[in-house]
Formats: sequence, structure tokens, C-alpha cells
Amino acid sequence: MTAQTHSAAEYALELRGIDKHFGAVHANKNIDLKVEKGTIHGIVGENGAGKSTLMSIIYGFYEADQGDIAIDGQVLKIRDSKTAIASGIGMVHQHFMLIQNFTALENVVLGAESGELIDDSLDKARTELNRLSDEFGLSVPLDQPVEELSVGFQQRIEILKALYRGARILILDEPTGVLTPQETEHLFKVLDSLKAQGTTVILITHKLREILAATDNVSVMRRGEMVAHVKTAETNQEELAELMVGRKVLLQVDKGDSAPGDVKLSVRNLSMTDSAGVKRLDNVSLDVRAGEIVGIAGVSGNGQSELLETLAGITPVDSGTIDLNGHTLDVQHPMNPSQVRKAGIGHIPEDRHRMGLINTFSAYEAFVLGYHRNHEYNGALQMKQGAIIEDCKEKMERWDVRPQDPYLKTANFSGGNQQKLVIAREIEQNPDVLLIGQPTRGVDIGAIESIHKRILEMRDAGKAILLVSVELDEIRSLSDRILVMFDGTIVGEVPADKADERTLGLMMANIVPDDIKALQAEEPA
Amino acid sequence: MELFDSIILILDATLRNATPLIFAALAGMFSERSGIVNIALEGKILISAFAGASAAYYTGSPWMGLLAGIMASVVFAQLHAFATVTHNGDHVVSGLAINILAAGLTAAVGNYWFSQGGNTPNLVSRAEELNARFEPIVFPFADALADVPIIGGIYSELLSGHYILVYLAFLAVPLCWFVLFRTRFGLRLRATGENPQAVDTAGISVTQVRYLALLVCGVLAGFAGVYLAVALTAQFSPNMSAGKGYMALAALIFGKWRPKTTMLACLLFGALQAIADRSQGAIIFGFEVPVQLVEALPYILTVVLLGGFIGRAVAPKAIGKPYVKERA
Repeated sequence: MTAQTHSAAEYALELRGIDKHFGAVHANKNIDLKVEKGTIHGIVGENGAGKSTLMSIIYGFYEADQGDIAIDGQVLKIRDSKTAIASGIGMVHQHFMLIQNFTALENVVLGAESGELIDDSLDKARTELNRLSDEFGLSVPLDQPVEELSVGFQQRIEILKALYRGARILILDEPTGVLTPQETEHLFKVLDSLKAQGTTVILITHKLREILAATDNVSVMRRGEMVAHVKTAETNQEELAELMVGRKVLLQVDKGDSAPGDVKLSVRNLSMTDSAGVKRLDNVSLDVRAGEIVGIAGVSGNGQSELLETLAGITPVDSGTIDLNGHTLDVQHPMNPSQVRKAGIGHIPEDRHRMGLINTFSAYEAFVLGYHRNHEYNGALQMKQGAIIEDCKEKMERWDVRPQDPYLKTANFSGGNQQKLVIAREIEQNPDVLLIGQPTRGVDIGAIESIHKRILEMRDAGKAILLVSVELDEIRSLSDRILVMFDGTIVGEVPADKADERTLGLMMANIVPDDIKALQAEEPA
Repeated sequence: MELFDSIILILDATLRNATPLIFAALAGMFSERSGIVNIALEGKILISAFAGASAAYYTGSPWMGLLAGIMASVVFAQLHAFATVTHNGDHVVSGLAINILAAGLTAAVGNYWFSQGGNTPNLVSRAEELNARFEPIVFPFADALADVPIIGGIYSELLSGHYILVYLAFLAVPLCWFVLFRTRFGLRLRATGENPQAVDTAGISVTQVRYLALLVCGVLAGFAGVYLAVALTAQFSPNMSAGKGYMALAALIFGKWRPKTTMLACLLFGALQAIADRSQGAIIFGFEVPVQLVEALPYILTVVLLGGFIGRAVAPKAIGKPYVKERA
């Protein structure tokens, strides 16, 4: 290689002045980015900072309004994913782009067929995939429908898809959200061996620890702008967090000791089978006392959602009993969500778009959802519009929801403010027990800080809190006790001070370390 | 021997009845497997029946009729694609629009051209020295074997003597299977019906796949319509499709969107129709069987069987959803 070609191709990817609008939203503002060849380059930013949009532009899924993309020093016009793939760009999307009822092999071949008939393509792909999976530790069952495989395998298929197409630049969008810590570690090993083979990797995440662990360089995005490029070795979590948010943030919450009181929520031998006949909850028992936070950890999809929904009265119980603040909920005594609320239970659902809010409703309407029968909101015939709006203004003020406009449509608030709407609504009703699912999903770091503070305040006010989250950091920093779920069962309990990442990670994969076993033998529940 | 003859006659009629259903159901399969709900099969059958009969009448050739019928049906299918793919229209609404358009257009234009209340003139007419209908294909030695017991019935009556389109329908089944499950086009088409976004990110144009799928759908639906007007009867009459498009759709669902099972469903519906035709006035246990009941059987069966007996029919996942690139 001559010196000249070397300098021309120093950067695998270079962006100059990328600009993109979606209607009134300015998603990417004049973005510049240089990614060195053969490195792992991290891009961090809060939700809605424009990371995914930028990557979709590189991958040709969206077209930029302005700006140039250069691959290996050559400016290219990437109008569609086909061009991007042909230029050696591969992407693993946050939501996997797989055909669920196709096999791994068929998914890999789709779009990269070698001829009109697929049999040849499949044979060729099988040979190549066996080679790739040996080389990078990416083995997957090739002939099983993807829907039967775990998310870890599905992600491998996505990576194999990109490699099979000859990707020299691999973009991964929030790849670790669905993985256990061990799977994450394995993924980073794979990325390292890809790097060793000369592949350039772009890793998008909002988890700062992973950026520090896996990347060579980091670029930080904030509100559609690229605000900093730093060498990973020369930075730390605090600095990155500050760059992301634009002000100093407290990453660790100050938490005093808990003072647990009476048992407010008690679950015994709870089982639940869904409509497809899959057992979602299997003999789950747990207690939550007043004044403590019990965290439920686990990889997404291991029964946490079902547990919350059953406790909230959304899904009927199959067997077992639940004692909700002195009210019994079982097969003989079913309760609907409204009765559960009346029993003094507040529920902050995991997915605010699916269950917590109605996007087209105004903020003041969002504040009464589920409590719309309360007498303070109702007159003889009509709802008390004025009182509801006043009430909403007051709560928005108290919770610092921005903008403070009761008439604004829910959809037009940012993720963090939408979440505040839901949390404020539930907490302001002053329940005795709070069921909280993913309180900070899609919420920016600044808002996470204040939401965490509010949850701890509730604990200190003597509420019993059950917290479900897939963010281990969140579970660890808030919970007093941690239960780990796997495949619908509770694998074990860990006191907060023993809950290091390794322990939780193993338990999330259904392996209970010996010291935890000993601990549980000592004090039987 | 009389029972045997009856059975042969019913089976014979079954093949004839099933033919348009098979063509139409296969047409629907291409469209629905690509993600486009095809309630418009009815309209496509009707327009191709009309175009086929008209062209056959003017040219005197059933083959020209077939060509014209296919072309008309393809035009309608591409219209459907324009509405549903290019403009992200609702599949059912645009499908219904096509059905209404076909029903109105054929009657109005037919009346304007031929002044016979919407009918086309008969395609077989001694006075005009016209024979524009498809001729039955008689197998070799069919006459000679006709009197041999059993074999004669099966060979000469059941297998021999159908219109070429009947044989083509049954040939089309394995052919469509091959295209859908063994070719690149088929792989992409099925993927598009399941997850168009994944197809898009794999570098394949969803629009192109869906237009092509509807093109194939148009061709196959054209065969169904032309069979009705230029083979089974020798004339187009208004609304002659008489719900066959919907029945084909039911067979497609019944057959779980797979070629072989869909063909079996079409044969079952065809057989019920044949039995209904033959059982007019038949008396069982002293009661006269109401013909309406037998005729309603295919529909009742669809409802009952889809309601749980055959297990859940899993439709292509993205069916009926226009593909719009969402903001992530």
C-alpha cells in the first residue's frame, strides 16, 4: 500500500454537514463525523438526540436533506439500503429486521441471493456462514425458524447477515438492550475480533459504561447536533454524561437505608398461561413491604411484564393468590384495573404508549386517565373541565413537566415529559403500593435523575414499591432487595449490597452463584 | 353401476367448478403473500370475463379472448397496486372500489357495445359462423375406452374432455408452489408479506415486489375470468362471477395460504357445488333436501372450519398494512 492511498482511506466513513428534517423536527443539524478505519467508534446521546436517524441516513433508509457521505475517502450518493450494502455498510437495527417465520439461512440469503433459484443460494450461504461463525464465534442454528430462537441468536443472525454481504463498516444500534451482561460481553468479544480483521464498527448506545468498555473513540450527540469527539481512553462517564445532557448530572442517587414496615403486597404461587398456551408465570411468590423498593431484574421477556400486568388486574390470574394491600385477588376474586386502583395500588406501566397514555389526548386528559370516575373530577352530569385543568396545571408545576401547557397533545411532549405525566398521575393519587415498570425507558439522563429521586421519596414516605426494569444500573441503584426472573420463575433474591453485575448476570441466565444460594439457605423466605 | 356413474359425474363437475376457484385463489395467494389483501379478486374475474368474451367475439378466437382477459385483469390489478402501494390506500376499500367499478363498467360498456342488456352475444353461433369458445380436449383413445368398465369412466369421462384451462389450473398449482418457495422472487415476495421493513433494509424495493406480485395476480385472475365466459359458458352476462372471487379468498384462507391445501379447499368447494347441483329435488329419508342449504355449505364450512377445527390460520404478518417508512 502506498502512502498516498493510505492517507486517502484513513477514514472508513466520513460525514460532512449532514442535515435532516422530519417536518418541523430538525433531527440532524450539520453533522460532521470521521470514523477511523479498523476502530470501534461509539456514538452516544440521549433518546431523541438523532443517533438512529443519522445511522439510518448512512444506511440509506432515509435520505439526508444536505451533506456528503464519504466511504473510504470517496463521496457516495446513498439513496437506498441497496447502495449502502454495496458500499460495504452493514447495520444491525435496534428492532431486528428479520422475517420471523423464515430460517436463519433464508434470512441471511434474502436480498443477497446468488441466482434466480434459491437452493443454490442457500447451499452457498450455509458454507460461508459456517466459516464466518467459526471465525467470529457466531454460531446459530441455521435451519430453525427465527421466531423460535432467543434474541441473542437473532442478533447474531443480524450480524451474520451484514458480514455475509461483505460489510466492512458495521453499525450496531443499541445492541445490548436485550442482552444479559454475559451475552453483552460475548458481543463485545465478537466486535473485537471483527476489528482485528479490519472491520470498522460503529456502536450506538446510551449506556456509558459500555462505550468505555468497548470503543476506541466516542462521538457525543445532543439535540440533533454532534457536540464532541473524544478518545475513549481520555474520558470518563461523568464527562460523557455532562456532554450528553449539557449540564452536570448525578449518576448515582443518594439513597438512605430503608425502614421496611408491614407487608403491603404479597404474592403466593402465582401462575399464568397466555392465550398461545405458553406458561408466562410459574409459581411466583414475593412480598413487598411498606417503605422498601423491591427490584425485579431479568432479560426482557422473562415474565416481568406479565407479573406487572397480573398485579395491576389487566391479565386474569390462573392460579395462586395475591394480597393487594389487604384485598385478595385470585381466581375466585378477580379484580379489574379500576378495582385494583381503588385498593390503593398505583401502576406505572412499562410501555407508556401502549398502556399509559393516549397519544392524541391533551395533557389534562392524560392526567385523569384511569381516575376519570373520581368525584373531584365529576359534576352531576358533566366532567368538571375547569377543575381538571386547574389540577393539571398544579401537578405540571410540581413535577416540572415541560412545556407547562395542559392543552398540549400527549404525543407532542418529549419521552421524559410523557413519562413524568404518567408517574405524576399515579403518584399524586397517593397509593399505598406502587407497581413501576421501566420508569426511565426512552427518557433522557436529566429526567432519569429526577424520576429516580421521586421514586426514592415515595419509598421514604412509606410506600411499598415493586420496580421492574431491564436496566441493571437502575435496579441496582434504587432497589433494597433484588429478585431475578428467568422464564417465568423467580431464580433467587439478592440483597442490594451483594448485587454486583456478574452475580445478577449469571442469575438472569438461570445460574445461581453459590454464595447467593448459601444466603438463601440461611434465611428461608 | 349407477352410483359409480353418479360419482364420476359429480367428480367431473367438481373439476369444472374448482377451476376458476383455483386460478383465483392462486392469484390471491401471490397478492396476499406479498402483504396485499385481495378482496378485489371478484372484480378482476369479472373484468377479465367481460374483456375475454368481447375479444373472443370480435376476433373469433378464444386465445385472443384469453389474452384480452388477462390484459384487462392485469390493468385492474395494477390499479389496485397504484392505490395500495404507491398511495398507501386501504386495501379493503380500494378492493371494494375495484369490484364496484368492474360490476358497473362491464354492464355499462357491454350494453353500449352489444345492446343485449349487458350480455355479450353468444360466442358460438351458426348463423354468424362463429365458434370462439375453447374446445374440450379429448384424450387419445378416449372414445375407444369409453365403454370399458371403471377405467372408461375414469379416463374418458373424468379425465378426458375438459377445456385446456382446466388442465392449466391444475398445472398452475405446482408451478406457483415452485415460484413461491423455490425462487428468489418467491422468497422476496413472502418476506415482503411478513416484514416489509426487513425487506427494505435488505436492499430490496418493497414497491417493486408488490407491483410484481399484483402483476402475477392479475394474470392468474385473468385465467379465472376467461374460463367462466369463454369456456364454461360461451357468453358474458353481468355479474357472472357470482361471488367466486370471495369464495376463492375463503379457499385461500382455508388452505392457509399454501398452494396444495388451497387447491384441496377449492376442490372441496367445487364438490359441494356439484353435489348441490345434482341434488336438486333429491329426497333423503323422505325429506326433500333444500338446495339452498347445500349451496350454502361451502360458506358455512369456511366459517365453521376457520372457527377452530383446522387450527388457527396464520395470515402473512404484514397483510393489509401499507408500508410507510416510519420515523425510528
